[in-house]
Amino acid sequence: MTMTRKKTIFTAAVLVILLAACIAVDLTLPSYHIVVTVIKKATVYSLVAVSMNLLNGFTGLFSLGQAGFMLLGAYSYGVLTIPVAKRAGVYQYFDGGAIQFSIPEIFSGFMGETVGTVVGMLTALLIGGLLAALMAYLIGLPVLRLKSDYLAIATLGFAEILRAFFQWNALGPITNGSNLLKSYPTFSHATPYVVMVGLMIAMILLLINSTYGRAFKAIRDDEVAAEAMGINLAHHKRMAFIISSFFAGIGGGMMAMYMGTIAAAPFKSTLTYEILLIVVIGGIGSITGSILASFLYIFSAEWLLRGLDSGKFLFIEAPAVFKNGFRMVVLSMIIMVIVLFFRKGIMGDKELPDLLDRRSGKRGKEAAK
Amino acid sequence: MSENILRIENATMQFGGVVAVDNLNLEINQGEIVALIGPNGAGKTTAFNVVTGVYQPTNGAVWFQGKKIVENHPQGKMKKLYKGQHAGEYNQVLAPTPDVITKLGMARTFQNIRLWKSQTVFDNVLIAKHCRVTHGFLSATFRTNRKEEAEQRADVERLLGEVGLLDVKDELATSLPYGKQRRLEIARALATEPKLLLLDEPAAGMNPQETNELTAFIGEIRDKFNLTVFLIEHHMDLVMDISDRIYVLDFGKLIAQGTPAEIQNDQRVIDAYLGVAEDA
Amino acid sequence: MRELLPYLINGISVGGQYALIAIGYTLVYGILRLINFAHGDVFMVAGLVMVYSTASLPFYIALPLVLIVTVVLGFTIERVAYKPLRSAPRMSVMISAIGVSYLIQNLSFYITGGVPQPVTNPIPWISENVSLLGASTKRVTLVTPALTILLVVALVYLINHTKIGMAMRAAAKDFETAQLMGIKINAVISMTFVIGSFLAAVGAMLYFTNYPSVAITSGGMPGLKAFVAAVFGGIGSIPGAVVGAFIIGLCEEIIKGLGYTTFSDAFTFALLIVVLCVKPTGLFGEKVTDKV
Repeated sequence: MTMTRKKTIFTAAVLVILLAACIAVDLTLPSYHIVVTVIKKATVYSLVAVSMNLLNGFTGLFSLGQAGFMLLGAYSYGVLTIPVAKRAGVYQYFDGGAIQFSIPEIFSGFMGETVGTVVGMLTALLIGGLLAALMAYLIGLPVLRLKSDYLAIATLGFAEILRAFFQWNALGPITNGSNLLKSYPTFSHATPYVVMVGLMIAMILLLINSTYGRAFKAIRDDEVAAEAMGINLAHHKRMAFIISSFFAGIGGGMMAMYMGTIAAAPFKSTLTYEILLIVVIGGIGSITGSILASFLYIFSAEWLLRGLDSGKFLFIEAPAVFKNGFRMVVLSMIIMVIVLFFRKGIMGDKELPDLLDRRSGKRGKEAAK
Repeated sequence: MSENILRIENATMQFGGVVAVDNLNLEINQGEIVALIGPNGAGKTTAFNVVTGVYQPTNGAVWFQGKKIVENHPQGKMKKLYKGQHAGEYNQVLAPTPDVITKLGMARTFQNIRLWKSQTVFDNVLIAKHCRVTHGFLSATFRTNRKEEAEQRADVERLLGEVGLLDVKDELATSLPYGKQRRLEIARALATEPKLLLLDEPAAGMNPQETNELTAFIGEIRDKFNLTVFLIEHHMDLVMDISDRIYVLDFGKLIAQGTPAEIQNDQRVIDAYLGVAEDA
Repeated sequence: MRELLPYLINGISVGGQYALIAIGYTLVYGILRLINFAHGDVFMVAGLVMVYSTASLPFYIALPLVLIVTVVLGFTIERVAYKPLRSAPRMSVMISAIGVSYLIQNLSFYITGGVPQPVTNPIPWISENVSLLGASTKRVTLVTPALTILLVVALVYLINHTKIGMAMRAAAKDFETAQLMGIKINAVISMTFVIGSFLAAVGAMLYFTNYPSVAITSGGMPGLKAFVAAVFGGIGSIPGAVVGAFIIGLCEEIIKGLGYTTFSDAFTFALLIVVLCVKPTGLFGEKVTDKV
């Protein structure tokens, strides 16, 4: 059997096992159980981390605007799916709000309630992604020309401006100003999250392994040479930016689903930093790495290290030290260690199938010397 | 006149107060190998950068295959600072980015090798074919472009075979020895299907044997791929051996042009650059 | 116009505080080409240290302690998180800076429990109310611009007329050559962080005198705004950072005075975007060209 065949089977096997595990969890545990919650959150973070990796890791564009696009996606989702009957309650300070329809309900009208709601939710997610992509297009025009450091702060700035807009009371009839958006439909089980995110990450993978993905990597490695070989920099950078933001927007919508309420506050620069650090831990330029790191991070933060916040961890009792916030301190220190000493991250720039390479030896180094 | 594939007309490149290229006029005919020589800092790479669109000339124009592709005239601050001639002759601004010019049929290599370090030999050349792709990113993502992709991959295999790099096609580009990396850079440029190939010091850092191989190689690809070659070089044996004509730059100005024989005996060139062979 | 007066006065004061922080950003960027994301958090930590030390120690010990702790913090961050990555690609150092910022924020949350720490013992004299042109304000509003100018003048003198200053200028112009010429680059870089942290500490003490408490998020906004000021003025230029900071401080307060408080923050970022698109090198910045 050839190496590529082996790798494909290996990858497929791993994916099937993971999906089966997830379905098993869904069938045996209640949906409020911590493991289910963690799986949901980790999958959403995976999607956003992979979208950030596409931009920062594969195309070399150091953008810190992810939180802004997630914000757009989250609000789009909420605004478009709150059932009409509940709007008066949610938008209580804004006379029921300006938008008096709900996409799931429109679809339910002719598809029946269950199918219609699901189709409606997915459509709303998609619209969120498209809006984020549109915003990326507009921002990209001036901003993508900038050098890496300046691109970072410009995108950070845009994200903050967006956040200010979404808290502005004058836009309240749509965004509910500084109040929460709530009562919108969500998926209570983890499997829909896993399936959706899985499909989207698969799409990103297909893109990266296509001729356009190779063009992105060429831009990252040496954009002067890329341009000289006929690759239009502005066009391709914009493409990477828009596609990345599209998925960040959908990720934001799914985050809204997961959180149950939407406010602008959680979508600040700290969230972008978190995603960036996850990408670094996983390995810049490795999709497998981003997924792995997201799961590790979320599992640790939400579950494994919980004891550090409540007095008891791994048989050590130290309530004075192990109080609220300690686990984030420990996590941050671990992250710093990785950033300083394991700069390539967990996977470096390798993907899951490449793990099989180690057993066949290091072929690359030997030949041409 | 219609035979010339490249024509540089009154090209001047001025950075602030420094005139890097001063009123350069140059023609290359289809199928020729033309060399641009001169001491370091004479403005040769700058001339290349003007032709390929990396720099916008301060004044002057460039024609490629009979069509004007680059034009500029002194504007803004440069209007007062401009030290060159022929300033009034040009009135429009044509400033395409390098990728546009490459797609028209011009490709180049670089003085310091600029291969894509994380990619294999095969992929380095395959990426150069991206500019000839006709499918959009959606088609590429969902793999409805399989036929075109397969054709391009076959082209790359063939090209690598012609240049003798097929055995290392899956190695990382940076793991190749220096001479092969230079050959790879040339193969990559060839993958963009150019009519004119610009080589910036292709023999830099090579020993005499490698230089000989390179000389033969350039002649071969010119014939095999029906190319025209424009090269910058300091290795005089390569230049004199292979060039049909030579242009000599010194301090940005053209000081001589002609056949290798003419150039070797041109006093101005000897004084500025070549020197005289010592009697043994 | 009369109604805007207190805002204008505030603007100059806040501008001065931003200037003290902005200088830290611009000095570090000038030499290391690094956006020190952690600088704003250092500013916030200085505020916290001030709150804790003034609560239990006499002022003549507490205030110098704030300065010392902040300087040590800045110095340590450089040694631990930036120095090991000096030969790494630029993005790695920026990521490290983000990591440090993240760590400091989480540490502060852990120590403070997320609760804003009340300034129980405001610094005397500067926190007293005075009357200026009919408007009532704290004396710190007058002290800040004066102190800022004083410190900036001292700094400019240091940069232009001392040996270490010359070393800093050389390192900013060409890092590698400076090293080759025998300049002790580690000392120069440490000095840069020491100066930046010192000024940030002074800025913190002045800034938080105006507020009843220090929250962990307090460092974020002033830090970002000071950074925008540095970029606006031309990153790498000290007079640029100072001028940029005063302009931002003034504009911000004027916007508040006109009633658009929600947008006073967004304004700063909008300004950033405009500057980056129109003249990325800022008011006093220098142009850098790439060789192909």
